[in-house]
Amino acid sequence: MVGEESKQDRILHVLNRLAFGPRPGEFEHVSAIGPERYVQEQLHPESISIPGDLSRRVNDLHTLHMNPIALFIEYQRPINLARKDAKSDAGGDKASIDKTSIKDATKDARIQQRVVMREAVEARMMRAIEGPRQLQEVMTAFWFNHFNVFAGKGLDLIWTGAFEETAIRPHTFGKFRTLLGATAHHPAMMFYLDNWQNTNPGSPGSKGKFEGINENYARELMELHTLGVNGGYSQADVIALAHILTGWGLPKPAGGGGGGTNRRPGAAGMPGAEMAGMFPFMRRRQNLMRPGIAAVDPSGFYFDESRHDFSNKTLLGHQIEGGGIDEGEHALDILARSPATAKHLSFKLAQYFVADDPPKALVERMAQRYLATDGETRAVLETMFTSAEFWDPRNYGAKFKTPYEYVVSCVRATGVPIRNYRPLYGTMQILGMPLYACQTPNGYANTQDAWLNPDAMMTRLSFATALGSGNLPLENPPFEEDAGAAPRPEPPAVPRKGGGKVNINFDPAPHGPKMTPPDPVQLAATLGDYFSPATANAVEASPTNLRAPLILGSPEFMKR
Amino acid sequence: MKQNFQNTNACIACNPRPATALSRRAFLRRAAVLSASGIVLLSPHAWAARSLETDSKRRLIVVFLRGAVDGLNVVVPHGEPAYYDARPTIAIGRIGASDGLIDLDGHFGLHPALAPMQTQWRDGTLAFVHACGSPDPTRSHFDAQDFMESGTPGVRTTQDGWLNRSLAAIPGTHGPTEALSLGPTVPRILSGKVPVANIALGRAAERPMPMDRPVIEAAFDKMYVGNDSISRAYRDGRQARMRLIGELTQDMTEANAGAPSPQGFSDDTDRLARLIGRDPTIRVAFMALGGWDTHVSEGAAQGQLAGHLKPLGEGLASLAKSLGPNYQDTVILVISEFGRTMHENGNGGTDHGHGNVMWVMGGPVKGGKVYGKWPGLSTASLYQERDLAVTTDFREPIATVLRSHMQFTDAQLDRVFPGRPRSSGNVDGLIKA
Repeated sequence: MVGEESKQDRILHVLNRLAFGPRPGEFEHVSAIGPERYVQEQLHPESISIPGDLSRRVNDLHTLHMNPIALFIEYQRPINLARKDAKSDAGGDKASIDKTSIKDATKDARIQQRVVMREAVEARMMRAIEGPRQLQEVMTAFWFNHFNVFAGKGLDLIWTGAFEETAIRPHTFGKFRTLLGATAHHPAMMFYLDNWQNTNPGSPGSKGKFEGINENYARELMELHTLGVNGGYSQADVIALAHILTGWGLPKPAGGGGGGTNRRPGAAGMPGAEMAGMFPFMRRRQNLMRPGIAAVDPSGFYFDESRHDFSNKTLLGHQIEGGGIDEGEHALDILARSPATAKHLSFKLAQYFVADDPPKALVERMAQRYLATDGETRAVLETMFTSAEFWDPRNYGAKFKTPYEYVVSCVRATGVPIRNYRPLYGTMQILGMPLYACQTPNGYANTQDAWLNPDAMMTRLSFATALGSGNLPLENPPFEEDAGAAPRPEPPAVPRKGGGKVNINFDPAPHGPKMTPPDPVQLAATLGDYFSPATANAVEASPTNLRAPLILGSPEFMKR
Repeated sequence: MKQNFQNTNACIACNPRPATALSRRAFLRRAAVLSASGIVLLSPHAWAARSLETDSKRRLIVVFLRGAVDGLNVVVPHGEPAYYDARPTIAIGRIGASDGLIDLDGHFGLHPALAPMQTQWRDGTLAFVHACGSPDPTRSHFDAQDFMESGTPGVRTTQDGWLNRSLAAIPGTHGPTEALSLGPTVPRILSGKVPVANIALGRAAERPMPMDRPVIEAAFDKMYVGNDSISRAYRDGRQARMRLIGELTQDMTEANAGAPSPQGFSDDTDRLARLIGRDPTIRVAFMALGGWDTHVSEGAAQGQLAGHLKPLGEGLASLAKSLGPNYQDTVILVISEFGRTMHENGNGGTDHGHGNVMWVMGGPVKGGKVYGKWPGLSTASLYQERDLAVTTDFREPIATVLRSHMQFTDAQLDRVFPGRPRSSGNVDGLIKA
């Protein structure tokens, strides 16, 4: 029956695009309520309840709920303390500094820092795999990628999870301006794109490594986050925006960026001042209590007016009067409201949700909706999800899954419980898409051009075979430090810079069964029992133990 | 499934005390993989079904030393007293001293660990370009490697790499083995439009994948029968994998029989040479070596840096020999993202600097010469009063190699390096006419 087939297509289409493919039971759910209502449901995630078990496991990831200041204190301070102690023990004699103690403290701290990274990965993946608010998960991944930060760069190892949790996730469907502001005020972004060092030359706070303009964030803010590369800005606008954003960043590091309002005579005599001297965020806390100091965001964002350029500027033809942090807010308003931004964001959304080369008319309508709603993401998505282009059967199954989408959709389809995410992370890594480890600010591509290659197919099918045969150690938590035992040494392989990857080894858990092999009949039902003749024939002609691998490795399952 | 996901590329830049043996092994592995993939080229089907419009055998091999090698201790300006003043514990001993420098031209000397490369220096196929590097001031490995691979210093949004653009600039369709890369992902330098034979392997490269089992292959074969791009990618991957495993098995048998020598690096470069001998369609190959970020305990004639240079020098010298006649058509570039501070630091190491030395080797090279404009080491001539200055943009020697060796036109060069600097003349004559 043509009508039935068409409905099957539509169900699969929404599950492939608004979700990371079907979980057991979801095909039936969408079939019961209809694809259109499913779209509305997903656009309003607050209406969907989250299973208690999932909530509990997410809540158990304690670093996920720490703010950047707390993370710094817990995971970076031990290194700073060890350095300080070793230096003070050695007196003025550099040669006698006890390097071993610094090394040991650093090594321990790095192991702990990787726990933060692992918890961020687990939180993301367990919600993507099990969470019923699928569009929320898709959009979180989309916006994180849009505002990419690289966990392999310095402090972003401990801040990336917090960045996603507080700057991205709560703002996925709301006003773009709110999302933009949240990222601009997050230390993970300030650090990643170097704006924390962006300083007006000759300003009172200009010193050491804070001595000049850094255009990095200003440029990417326009090119990647808002206007787009052809969005009509000039090099002069980049420079102007960089000046507007001088002083946006982190609390002052000890000894650097001296002068200015934060360095007051007498500070050294305050209780705890010695601590503050070596540990910047402690100083910042004191600043919170002291009158006359610029306000500090509780997240660890800090505006240092002593390094700010207070002169008047011109940005994209707008006059911006010198006035401190308000200039930056004004600039973000201008950028968020620009038609270029509307078009750039609409293109990216349509490319992700509709087709690699998205229909221009659709992009245009989405941009109009964006402008009409003052940049409300939910409204733009609604325009897209109710468009003829989105429902054009030619676009069904037309997107080649990224490694992230492929891995997540495979695991979702099998419905196996996951307690060890390393094999999944490892697979994404070998396929070139390690989570939170995209070095460049433009994020990962989601087009077929970027991800289809011969070796990737072999890796995907090997993963499908391992998963489909029950040969991945997914059910045993491999991380002993979780249980409060001595930390298990992990390979020192998290690149700070230059490596491009955060390395979580594919290291099978040593104890217990790996996983229950998925049942091919159940798997086929989960996917709507709907395969091409070639796939159906191949599956039928194969022994039972190869059927699940073949389904997961089928050409249609490579696409969404 | 005992598949390996270890990233051999990871953390070269971040680990201040990289394990010498590990990074050497990484190079060995990669060289093994590269040579192993050579058998792929004997395939009568997918891998051979390629049309290279030109019959040119000219090729380029790029070795990237990730982590910023200390060029001042590789090609040492022993004629400058300031060098010895700045490096009380890590300066290489003077010429004639035991473990001392190998003189190159009276002003520069070669690190003694690179002694095997004297052969190429003497026969005039090894050159260096000193005070070479990126015009971008960054001292971040992250940015600097990115810029050196994208070929567009200061521009962060360039999506492809200059080595891929080099192939793209050659007219005609491009087959899957024109570019060979080692490592789990396509490196920045090779990402782009032209297909790359990229072999994702790591510590346990020899471990079989599920896809190697005939029953599994046979089952998937039935599903990937179409002429769509996914099916074609599948079939290409099958061919490559099948032959790769065949070659690896052979390698292991040989290794077991002959007991692998600790200097096995040369064996691997020999195999790389055989690979190039087998497949004239290979135009570019890339590998990366880590472990150069010597912030601590760099050593002098012996020590950490020496331990890394020795197998590198032996392997490159061996490669030159075993390439045989193909050496005459091959240029090998050794590059690194930036140099290191002129002064040693308080930990017997060096910190991130600026200018560096580029190595250029191969039959077409007019070697036996240190090219470049030497800026000197006086405080005033240092970059920001601390680092060797850059007087030759890294794109210039590469462009020279592409022009004079790969026979690129100016228009092609503009596509490889958009906005490249005007020639300084510093490397004129680098490639034989």
